[in-house]
Amino acid sequence: MTRRPPAVLLLPALLALAFLLLPLLALLLRAPWTELPDLLSTPVVGQALRLSLVTAGLATVLCVLLGVPLAWLLARANLPGRGLLRALVTVPLVLPPVVGGVALLLLLGRDGVLGRPLEALTGLTIPFTPAAVVLANAFVALPFLVLAVEGALRGADRRYEDVAATLGAGRWHVFRTVTVPLVAPGIAAGAVLSFARALGEFGATITFAGSFPGRTQTMPIAVYLALETDPDAAIALSLVLLLVSVAVLAVLRDRWTGVRV
Amino acid sequence: MRQLALALALGLVLSGCADDPAAGSDEVVVLGAASMAEVLEDLADLYEQEHPGARVVLSTGGSSGLARQVVNGLPADLLVLASPGSLQPVLDAGEQREEPVVVARNRIEIAVREGNPKRLSGLADLARPELAVALCASQVPCGAAADRALQQAGVTASPDTLEQDVRAVLTKVRLGEVDAGVVYATDVRAADDEVDGLPVEPPVTTDYPAVRLRGGSAPDAAQDLLDLLRSERGQALLVEAGFEVP
Repeated sequence: MTRRPPAVLLLPALLALAFLLLPLLALLLRAPWTELPDLLSTPVVGQALRLSLVTAGLATVLCVLLGVPLAWLLARANLPGRGLLRALVTVPLVLPPVVGGVALLLLLGRDGVLGRPLEALTGLTIPFTPAAVVLANAFVALPFLVLAVEGALRGADRRYEDVAATLGAGRWHVFRTVTVPLVAPGIAAGAVLSFARALGEFGATITFAGSFPGRTQTMPIAVYLALETDPDAAIALSLVLLLVSVAVLAVLRDRWTGVRV
Repeated sequence: MRQLALALALGLVLSGCADDPAAGSDEVVVLGAASMAEVLEDLADLYEQEHPGARVVLSTGGSSGLARQVVNGLPADLLVLASPGSLQPVLDAGEQREEPVVVARNRIEIAVREGNPKRLSGLADLARPELAVALCASQVPCGAAADRALQQAGVTASPDTLEQDVRAVLTKVRLGEVDAGVVYATDVRAADDEVDGLPVEPPVTTDYPAVRLRGGSAPDAAQDLLDLLRSERGQALLVEAGFEVP
């Protein structure tokens, strides 16, 4: 299997690799390394990083709790119009995130379809809170998890589940003790993808949750604002986001999943 | 052969789709602050009517972003920004053909929903904790202007969100997500069927500098456009949009 790949494939492949990696290399080259400690020790950076990690983490939890059952429904249940349902689930994947943010505002905003009765009943408003960041993150990240888990469920051998059912296990019992362990790598991969997507979320977040340091200003928004006045600070922040993303992927790949993500 | 064709096609794409053969010296590229978009569009129409064959290519956006693009080599003939501060990087990079001129001033105002349902009267109300308030982030010109106004009035506002540009603040007011936002008079004017503007005391304005750029290929057309903007007709457009003229 050591045949030389044909140049017609090798050349574009190398171009693609360069295209993906060179911008990141430029980021590393241009990083203001000597000023980095000063730039990164400002409270804004710590706040934004903490907020990003916490909200992306919570969004991932939300995605797993809601997304795994939905994926199961799409892969296993006998639903009419399943194809349409699956297509609808993927809409946030192709929707510009800003549009997602506007849609969330129209549903859950103070004047929104659900937001207005919510405020009238409980006095709670969602926009401009960390909860809004979590919701915006989950909205854009959930399709990644659903698709990953659904793929794993379709690829899994159903005979294990059938055998468990024949042996008298109820459907919930089968789901818990057979299905979930069977597709655990798929769930983990989906969770990692969701987390990564949530961590980089910008458009839906700034539209739905706004931007306030320590409350709703996540790392990507901090990068954007820093770019307005202080490009060096923006590079430093980008660098942190890059390192965190790579670290998350590396750690999760090695320790938890055993799958290549 | 097919590879060659592909490579050529890629080369064309990379060299920029704007290079169509019709583009000659009659094309003038204008970069303008988002808050001046409508005025510049009208101005461009006026100019094209009076100069048959001429074409104004207009790109509008946040001032700092436009300045960054110019410094990074975007070829353009005329630049109009929403604050002298955001023009500074362009001047530092020596991209100007001559000293910038101030073509307009914009006053900041407090935008509230139509009819002012929360009964705001001025900047001091922005400190009321029960009100949802949007400001621009301090990093962008409208935020810097708002900070200046609040400081002069001795008010510590309690904003719920610090937006990345003035239109985002306006949108949040229009959608009813916030009760008040600090925006420009021109923004209030642009949305006057949905929002009301309250004056800020003492008044705070920001200057709009315009400058011809060395990177452009149509300096004469740029000068004509600039003259048109500063003429009576151009000033009428500015005033109609809510600007003050110097």
